[in-house]
Amino acid sequence: MATAKKSKKNKKRSQWSEVWRRLKKNKMAMVGLTILTIIVLLAVFADFIADYDEVVIKQNLKERLQGPSAKHWLGTDEFGRDIFARLIHGARVSLKVGIISVGISIIIGGILGSIAGYYGGLIDNIIMRTMDIFLAIPSILLAIAIVSALGPSLMNLMIAVGISSVPSYARIVRASVLSIRDQEFIEAAKAIGASDLRIVLKHIIPNTLAPVIVQGTLGVAGAILSTAGLSFIGLGIRPPAPEWGAMLAGGRAYLRYAWHVTTFPGLAIMTIILALNFLGDGLRDALDPRLKQ
Amino acid sequence: MHKYILHRLLLLIPVILGVTFIVYSIMYLTPGDPAQIILGESAPPEKVEQLREEMGLNDPFIVQYFRFIKNGLKGDFGRSYSTRRPVFEEIFARFPATLKLTIAGVLVAIIIGIPVGIISATKQYSLFDNVSMVGALLGVSMPNFWFGLMLVLVFSVTLKWLPSGGDNGLSSLVLPAITLGTSAAALITRMTRSSMLEVIRQDYIRTARAKGVLEKKVINKHALKNALIPIITVVGLQFGYLLGGAVLTETVFSWPGVGRLLVDAIRQKDTPMVLASVVFVSVTFSFVNLMVDILYAYVDPRIKSQYK
Repeated sequence: MATAKKSKKNKKRSQWSEVWRRLKKNKMAMVGLTILTIIVLLAVFADFIADYDEVVIKQNLKERLQGPSAKHWLGTDEFGRDIFARLIHGARVSLKVGIISVGISIIIGGILGSIAGYYGGLIDNIIMRTMDIFLAIPSILLAIAIVSALGPSLMNLMIAVGISSVPSYARIVRASVLSIRDQEFIEAAKAIGASDLRIVLKHIIPNTLAPVIVQGTLGVAGAILSTAGLSFIGLGIRPPAPEWGAMLAGGRAYLRYAWHVTTFPGLAIMTIILALNFLGDGLRDALDPRLKQ
Repeated sequence: MHKYILHRLLLLIPVILGVTFIVYSIMYLTPGDPAQIILGESAPPEKVEQLREEMGLNDPFIVQYFRFIKNGLKGDFGRSYSTRRPVFEEIFARFPATLKLTIAGVLVAIIIGIPVGIISATKQYSLFDNVSMVGALLGVSMPNFWFGLMLVLVFSVTLKWLPSGGDNGLSSLVLPAITLGTSAAALITRMTRSSMLEVIRQDYIRTARAKGVLEKKVINKHALKNALIPIITVVGLQFGYLLGGAVLTETVFSWPGVGRLLVDAIRQKDTPMVLASVVFVSVTFSFVNLMVDILYAYVDPRIKSQYK
């Protein structure tokens, strides 16, 4: 018994270490992971690098719209605030929005998708047709409608972005559940009297994780882009809080005299999205080597 | 084939009803009393109440929704709170500009995406392939509104070649179209490349080559025809996606389309306008997807034969 347990544990570990081994071999994925780690560290230690109240929020009109210099690495914005400091603190907002909104989509989409896939029939039809209707609304418009109804705030932004991508997770989870549902080990679990909930949670969900992890990584990128877009049209976080899309929008009026105010937040968004895309693509190849051609 | 088209058109009805229901519900939950918004903050409560009664705002949600649908079928989607004109008139007046921008964006995407994808596939792992794949990754990673501003910075502010906004002739369409089309171009490039790679490995291509068919003809005629099927889907999906994405591009370039109408309506809390523009774009989006599917069936006889 003890040895059986041990070997099972070993096998489990080796499965994930196998994924990690394959991921490590992928240069692009490692570049992505490194960039992401740096951004996360900067975001975590943002308070040690620049004080929120004194540097990020406080206006200093004497130094407004200065170009990059030794004192202000990336220059200052229209209120004389250091852009580098605001970008670092803005990374906190973007990472938070990205992760929480994807979390919302995974939880709701995952539950709906597993119910639809596991039970099939009428329930499946009702859930998936509803998802089709949601998919018929372009996700950015759905997010705009939800934020404009709930009012612009960080939480509402995350809810809007999260809900607008629920259907794609529901579809992915449903498809995986369908492919697993009729396999023999599920039949075996049913035969020994396992409850539906146990079968879904213990046997089916772990086997649907791979596509969800991939979609989730790419989804964080999508959520960060949508958030920046919503902030850009004024539906995001209220100023003076630093948010990349809003910073970019703020610099728009000064494009002629101060290019850096708009340029750097955009580069920051692009860097994090690129890193997530690299990692997501690498994860897809590492988790499912069959997909790689 | 007609049966297939009819079947798909019928399926569109519940989707459109569902879309209106979802958007109507979201808008219904919006805080703020429409009657108060129309009459202004200082209006006396009796007058507000009277208008609420006239507008049917005191009725239950479901009654209001069905009235919305009934009027909508007659083409009446209410009046804008800010201009007091019928919202559909305003949307129709703005729609051609959005359509023009979207079509131009899709054209940019196709013109760049398909040739680059084909060359990348035929010269896999070459310098051209690597550069275009990095380019494609950058293309999908950029926020398009930022890319638009950067184009303005270079081509309008610095070089003064092209206008930075508005809708005045062809020159004003160039930057918005590139802005809108870039991410789609990137996706189409990747799709074309992988679809071509898959097709060129097949036996019939080897046969064609063995027969001595010119390489150019093998690629352009034999391979491309089959590779096009998934590409058409991506192009079609992107067309619909760009229709929604135009909101941001229109904001950047002050383009007088439905997207900007929507953004302005949100700022003014003009609920009927928001509702109608989201429904309008979504219905157009569904129609575009339907047309793509029909086109798909024409291109791929295997699908067509299922509905004979």
